[in-house]
Amino acid sequence: MSDKVLLDYGSGGRASQRLISDLFLEHLGNDELNRLNDAAELAMTGRLAMSTDSFVVDPIFFPGGNIGSLAVHGTVNDVAMMGAIPRHITCAYILEEGLPMDDLEQIVKAMGEAARHAGVTIVSGDTKVVPKGAVDKIFINTTGIGDIIVDPAPSGDAAKPGDAVLISGTIGDHGLTILGTREGLDFEAKVESDSASLNHLLVKLVQELPEVHVLRDPTRGGLATTLNEITTSSNVCCELVENSMPIRPEVKGGCSILGLDPLYLANEGKFLCILPQEHADKALEIMRNDPLGKDACQIGTMTDANPGKVVLETPLGGKRLLNMLEGEQLPRIC
Amino acid sequence: MSFELLEKFRDPELCRKILDKMRSELDGELRFMEVCGTHTVAIFQSGLRSLLPEEVVHLSGPGCPVCVTHESEVNAFLDLAEKDNVILATFGDLMRVPGHNSRNLKKAQADGARIKVVYSPFDTLKLAKENPDDIVVFIGVGFETTAPTIAGTMKMARQQGITNLRVLCFHKTVPTALEALLTDSMTSIDGFILPGHVSAIIGIEPYKFIAEKYGKSAVVAGFEPLDILQSLNQMIEWRNKGEAHVANNYTRIVSDTGNAKAREVMYEVFEPVDALWRGIGEIPGSGLEIRPEWDQFDAKKEFGITIEEGPALPGCKCGDILKGIKQPDQCPLFKKACTPANPVGPCMVSTEGSCAAYYKYKLD
Ligand code: SF4
Ligand code: SF4
Repeated sequence: MSDKVLLDYGSGGRASQRLISDLFLEHLGNDELNRLNDAAELAMTGRLAMSTDSFVVDPIFFPGGNIGSLAVHGTVNDVAMMGAIPRHITCAYILEEGLPMDDLEQIVKAMGEAARHAGVTIVSGDTKVVPKGAVDKIFINTTGIGDIIVDPAPSGDAAKPGDAVLISGTIGDHGLTILGTREGLDFEAKVESDSASLNHLLVKLVQELPEVHVLRDPTRGGLATTLNEITTSSNVCCELVENSMPIRPEVKGGCSILGLDPLYLANEGKFLCILPQEHADKALEIMRNDPLGKDACQIGTMTDANPGKVVLETPLGGKRLLNMLEGEQLPRIC
Repeated sequence: MSFELLEKFRDPELCRKILDKMRSELDGELRFMEVCGTHTVAIFQSGLRSLLPEEVVHLSGPGCPVCVTHESEVNAFLDLAEKDNVILATFGDLMRVPGHNSRNLKKAQADGARIKVVYSPFDTLKLAKENPDDIVVFIGVGFETTAPTIAGTMKMARQQGITNLRVLCFHKTVPTALEALLTDSMTSIDGFILPGHVSAIIGIEPYKFIAEKYGKSAVVAGFEPLDILQSLNQMIEWRNKGEAHVANNYTRIVSDTGNAKAREVMYEVFEPVDALWRGIGEIPGSGLEIRPEWDQFDAKKEFGITIEEGPALPGCKCGDILKGIKQPDQCPLFKKACTPANPVGPCMVSTEGSCAAYYKYKLD
C-alpha cells in the first residue's frame, strides 16, 4: 500500500478492497462486518435507542485521544444517555487524498480499541476518498444503536423542581485541550481530553436507580448550554453553585489565559445526571465507585424560581444568569 | 502572575468585608462608570453587580473600542470590503458589527469580499507579502492598547520594504472621551473605574484633570472583584471627606508613568486628531491619525475616505448607553429586535459590549 491515501482507495475497485481487508477488517473486524454484505443483519427487538454524529475535530490527534476513539465514544455515550445498552455502531469515513496512511492506521486502531472497550460491534462501514481540499484530512460519521433498559427512558424534558443536578467529573478538559492544541499552545501543566465511553457506568446507574430523570453529556457548548437546553424543555430553573463545580486548576489557569469560560467548553467523557434529591447520595456513590466518575459531585438543584433559566451563584455569593452560548467561543484577542 | 495570587483577589471573605464597610459608609448615591469592557464583564461574571448596595449605580461607559466605532467608520470599512483589489484584515470582533441596511463584514465575506481575521496586526505583514498584487488594508480600531502594536507593524513594514499594506486608522484615545462625558449636561457620573490595559500604556497623568478640573475621582483598577470593590470603596471614602483623587490601584500591572516606549512608537507614527465617537459625536483631539511622514500606509488617503457625521442606526440607543444616560434594558429593542444572534447595534455584538453583557448575565 502507498504511504498516503490515494483517490483509488475510494473507487470501490481492488485498491479499496485492499484497504478494507488490510486496515479496516484488521482493526475493526467481527463476524458480522467480516461478511462484507451490503447491510448488517441484526437481531434486535423492543425499545431501541439510535443516534448519529459526525466528527470533524481539528486537530485529529490530541492529548487523550484521536478522532477515531472520539467517534466511538461520542456515539456510544449518546445512545447510553437514553438509559440504553449500546450494541452496534456503523462508521463512515471521508478521507482527504494525501492523508498519511500511518495516521489513518492509528485512527482506525484507536476506533477498534474504543469499540471493544465499550462492548459494541462495528457492523457496517464505508470509506470515501475525496480530492485534496474537499475535506480537512478526515471526517468520520458514526451511528449507534442499543437496547433501552429503563421505562421511562431518561429524557431532557423530565427534570422536576427538587431534583439534584450531578456531574460525573471535572469539566472543560476536552474543550481546552482541543483549543490549546489547535492554537499550538503549550500549557505549563498538562491538560488532556477526557474522551471515554461512559456506557458501563451509565448502565449500572440506571439499573440501580431507574428514578433518574435526565442523563445528558455536556459536549458542544459545554455544561452551560446543555443545562439551558434541559431547563427550557423541562420548564424548570437550574440553580448552580459555582464553588461546587469540579474544574481542574490547570483547566482554570488555561481558560483564564485564553479568556475562555470552562462552563462553555466541550466535554467528551462526562455526564449530567438529574434525579430526585433523595437518590442523589446513592447515585454519587455509584458514580464514584467507577474511575470515570471518581470526581462526581452535586453542582446544583432544580427549582421553580425562574423557569427556563440557569442561575449561577458565584463564589462571592452573587447571582447571575448563565445564558446559552451565542456562536463559537473564541479566544480573547485584546 | 501566579494563579494563587489571583485567587486572593477573589477571596469572598475579604470582598464581604469591603461590602459591609461600603454599606456603612455610603451617604447617598454613588454613580460610577467603568470604561473598559473587561470590567463590565468582570462585574457581571463575578456576581458583584447583584451584591453592590442599591445606592451604588453601575454605568458602563465607552469602554469597548468596537462599540464606540462610529457608524460612518463602519460604513467606510464595509465600502472598502467591496473593492476588488482589497484584502481587509481585521480583529474578529468587527466581523458582525452592523452598518446601515444591516450590512456587516460576515455578509460581505459571503458575497465574495476577501476578509481575513487576524490575531495580531503583525500577521498583516505576511498577508501583504503573500498577496503582492493586492492591497492589504488593516482596520485599525482600538484604544491606546492596540495603537502601539499597529504603529510597530507599520515600522516593520517600512523596514521590510512592504508597499501594499495600508491601515484604516480609527484609533481613539480614552482620556479625551472621559472629559467629553464630564462636560455633557445629560450625564451624571461621580467617579470612574479606569481601564487597566489602556492605563498600562498611558499611565495616570493624563487622567489627573478628572479630579483637578471636575472634582471627581477616578481609580485604575484590576479586573478581580477585590480590585473593583476596593476602588469603589476608596471613591466613597474620598467623597465623604469632600476630596477627589486620581489613583492607581492596579500597581501589580500598571506603573504610574505607563509605558514610555510604547507611547514613543505610537506618537512617532500617529498624531492626535478630532474624531467621531458613536453616540457622542465629535470629540476634539480624541483620535489618532497617521502622520504625513507615514502616509504611504494611509488607507484613508489611498481610497479618498472621509468620515462625517451621518444618520445614527435607527432605533439603537447605543449613544445614550455609552454615555451612561440609559441602561441597556431601557432600550426598547433590547432582547426584542436586538439579540446577540441578531444585533441591531454594536453594543450587542462585542462580547465586551454592555448590551451583550446585560443579555448574557443579568437576571431580571
Ligand atoms: S479593548 Fe482592551 S482596554 Fe478596551 S475594553 Fe477590551 S480589554 Fe478593555
Ligand atoms: S439593545 Fe441593541 S439596539 Fe438597544 S442600545 Fe443595545 S445594541 Fe443598540
